[in-house]
Parts: sequence; structure tokens; C-alpha cells
Amino acid sequence: MKKSQRPWIQRNGKWFIILPPLLYLLVFFLIPFAFALKISLAETAVRVPPFSEILSINANGHLHFSPHFDNFRYLFTDPVYGLAYLYSIRTAFFSTLICLGLGFPMAYAIARTSRVTQSLLLLIIILPFWTSFLLRVYALEGIIRDTGLINQTLLWLGFIHHPLHMMRTNFAVYLGIVYSYLPFMVLPLYATLEKLDHSLREAAADLGSPPWRIFIDITLPLAMPGIIAGCMLVFIPAVGEFVIPTLLGGPDSLMIGRVLWDEFFGNRDWPVASAVAVVFLILLVGPIAIYQHYSSRQIVT
Amino acid sequence: MLCVGIAVLYIPILVLIAYSFNASALVTVWGGFSTAWYGELLHNPQILDAAWLSLKIGMLVSTAAVIFGTLAAIALVRFKVFYGRFLLTGMVNAPLVMPEIITGITQLLLFVSMLHLLGWPHRGFVTIVIAHVVFCTAYVTITVQSRLVSTDHSLEEAAMDLGSGPLRAFLDTTLPLIAPALASSWLLSFTLSLDDLVISSFVSGPGASTLPMIIFSKVKLGLSPDVNALASIMIGAVGACVILAGYLMRRNERQRVVDTYRGS
Repeated sequence: MKKSQRPWIQRNGKWFIILPPLLYLLVFFLIPFAFALKISLAETAVRVPPFSEILSINANGHLHFSPHFDNFRYLFTDPVYGLAYLYSIRTAFFSTLICLGLGFPMAYAIARTSRVTQSLLLLIIILPFWTSFLLRVYALEGIIRDTGLINQTLLWLGFIHHPLHMMRTNFAVYLGIVYSYLPFMVLPLYATLEKLDHSLREAAADLGSPPWRIFIDITLPLAMPGIIAGCMLVFIPAVGEFVIPTLLGGPDSLMIGRVLWDEFFGNRDWPVASAVAVVFLILLVGPIAIYQHYSSRQIVT
Repeated sequence: MLCVGIAVLYIPILVLIAYSFNASALVTVWGGFSTAWYGELLHNPQILDAAWLSLKIGMLVSTAAVIFGTLAAIALVRFKVFYGRFLLTGMVNAPLVMPEIITGITQLLLFVSMLHLLGWPHRGFVTIVIAHVVFCTAYVTITVQSRLVSTDHSLEEAAMDLGSGPLRAFLDTTLPLIAPALASSWLLSFTLSLDDLVISSFVSGPGASTLPMIIFSKVKLGLSPDVNALASIMIGAVGACVILAGYLMRRNERQRVVDTYRGS
């Protein structure tokens, strides 16, 4: 008995659609992480490429595997890396909070306008997001440097007599991250707030809830998926941020992205840089991915 | 609050554009209106080469990304169950949040190992294109996916009932409906590729410097008026792409509303 009368190409046709993107992303996005793991276990070597081979086939034809864990040991003994991780996480954490504080009222305000205004406002918010990241950070320098717009305005108004020093400080890094990532916070917040059922809030008001209770009991829980999504979209890239601390931060704003870059291009120590990347992934992206997996499952059920 | 937020987003960009028309070579002093810095750009071979390289990469990348992204979107929307669905969903979403520096470093390590084992690819144009296609595919998939979900699958089924093959049915019914989403995601991929600094810096090799790489090396040394002019041009070009993309999506939205009414 035949299973199907249809020709082979029609039964298996869907794989012609699934396989090209699946294989492409597998080879050029996922497998690279395996290479990073492999090279993080190698030794730095003076050759091209600048690391030793940990997999080799010896004279007997046996596969020989000789990992070195020195790079990881080095990461945990040299305080620079620990401090950079902590500094990055702290900076990203507070930037995310500031983005949430600014983004929530913005998203709320957009969600309460008419349909036509909403799409216009969204375009206005998205437009700078598509404008070059690098150029926006550069544009920020024109505003906050000692002779920039803010200082000149304040001097002219007579509020200050000496320019405020903002460039190359931690303040500039926070400003840069908040400025660059704010749209990432506003968009998912808007998406959930826009779907919010107003009758629930009205019902609570009718039953005598004060506005702040309505906000905590109804608006906030319903907006939670958007808050989580927005925080993820800001926090994860902000931890690995490189351009902002390099251009706006002082010499002490050693974020992990900057350490990684210097290790790679400055010291040409690829195995240590790979180890930094691997630890970064394990410490940060792993738990977040697991958390997101479970939280999205919860929403579905 | 909203107005302040929007003002904060735009003021730095507007100031930058204003200063690109500054006649003075000192970036801090206003010396009158001038377009001299724009003229200067046309005589800078380093910048022109980089711009040409970035444009070539951008066009190739967005075309490839639209193809891969559309296939991925069709797979995720139309085929509910298949081996690797979870993997594909993860790989489509992860590049959007993964810090660029991590993606860049891992891709470089792959390319170096590939070159060592297979003798291909040499770092430069090819590796930048391959790396950009990854994150652009992710964006295209998300955009096309949301459009595909809202298109009517019954049209395609009707076409197949009337004897069209699945490919023919797709090309005749669904493709015209998602075409604006494809066009706008092409434009968005183009702007993403044109802007990328971190991933390009990692995977590029000697001699292949894209526009953002040139700008970054100049900006590290401080503000300079010709970068202001270059930045203004890029902001203008990207802005035009995004507005066009938004317009295409909106027009499509309106067209669908009209079609629905006509149909009923």
C-alpha cells in the first residue's frame, strides 16, 4: 500500500523552503560559537591564525584532544575581567531602569492617542533607531562636549560660569546608552499597552480604586510582557556595548565589550578574547534565554 | 514627557546636520553657511572607496537576506511542525539581542578556521557580506512573518484546488500580498548593513574598510567637519529608506482595507 500518491517533490517540498535559512544560520551563526569555545581552550601562538591547534591526529591515527584551561584561569585571577563584567552589568542595569522610567510614560502617551497619530509617533520614534548607531553617538558628542550645545546654552543663560565636564565620564556612557536604546524600550511597551483593555481600568475606578492602585493592580501586570521584552532588548546589548564606552566614556569606563576589543585588536590574544566571549555567554545569555523560554511558555498556557 | 523624549532623540542629530554646513574648520565656532565640507568629501578617495564598498555590500546583503528571511518566515508560519522548528525560531531571534561584539568575534573565528581548513573565504568583502546576511535575515524574517500571519491562506488553497502547483499558487496569490513587506525589509536590511561597525570590524580583512569603519577611526580622534557632512548624507539616505519602507507598509495596509470592503 502506498503512503501517498503525490510525487516525491511535493511530499518533501517544504524542506526546500526550510533548509536554506536553517543551514545558513546554523553554519554562520550557531556553529561559530562552537569555534569560539574551541579556540578559548587553545594557547596563544605566534603564527597565523594566532592560536594553537587543540585537535590533532597523531601518528597512530588517533584523534588527540588537548584543551588548555589557562585562559579561563587567567580570567578569574586577573581582576580586570571581573571588574569589567561587574561594571558592564551595573551600567546596563541602571541604563535599563532609566530607559524603563522614560519609556513607559512615552509608550503610555502614544498608546492613548488616536490611530493616525499613533502610527506617526511610532515612525518618529523608530526613525532615529534606524539611523546609524555610530553617528548618533557621534552626534551626542556635539551636544555634551565642553563647548557643546548644552554648555554654551547654560553659559549664555548665566546658570554656570565654567563648562560642565560631561564628555569622557560615566554620565556620558549612561546618556549614550539611554539615548541609543530608548526606542527598543518604547516599542515593545507600546505593543502591550496598546492592547490594554480600558474597561478593566474603568471597572476598578468604578469600584473605588485610586489611580495609583489601578496602575499597580491592572496596568502594570498587564504590561509585564512588554516590560520584560523591553528590558531584555536594552539590557543584553547594553552589557556588550563597545561603541558608547569607547567614544563617550573615560579611561575608567572599562566595559567588557571594550576589554574584548582591546584583547583582540590590541594584544592580538585571540584565545583569551574567546574565553571572555564564552564566559560572557554562559554568565549572561544562557540564564536569560532559559528564563525567556519559560516565561514565553507561561504566557501561552 | 513624550515631546521631551522625542526632542531628546532628535536634537543631537539636528545639531550635527547644522554644523555640517559650518564654514569654519573649527567644529566649535559657527563661521557662516557653507557647503564646502560636502565638496571636500567628493575629493577624498578613501571615503569614496569606502562608500562604494558599503553600497555594494548593502545591496548584495539585503537581496540575500530577503530571500533567506522570506523562506524562514514561510517555514515558520506555514509549516507548524517540522524538525528544527525550535532551532530556527531561536536562530532567527537570537541575532537581534546578541551583543554585536560577541557575534562578530565568533564569526571571525569561524572564518579564520574555515580559511585554514578549506582555503576559503578570505577576510574582506565576502566575509562582511556573509556576516551581515545573518543579522539582516533575522530582521527580514520578523517583518515578513508578521505580514504572512495576516494574509489569507485560503486564496492559495483555492488556487491549488483549481489546479495550480504550490509554487505557482504562492507566486500568484501570496507573493503580491507580501511584496510591500519584502520591499520594506530590503530597505531596512540595506540601512542595517550600511550602518554596521562592530561586526564589520571583526570579520573584515586588510584593505576592506566600510564607511562606518572609516568614520569610527576619524571620530576616535575627535570631531571633524567633514565627518559631519558625511554623517548628514548617511542620515539623510537612511531616513529616506526608512520613510519609503514605512510608506510601502502603510499603503499596503490601506490597500488591504479597500480590498476587504470590495470583497464583501
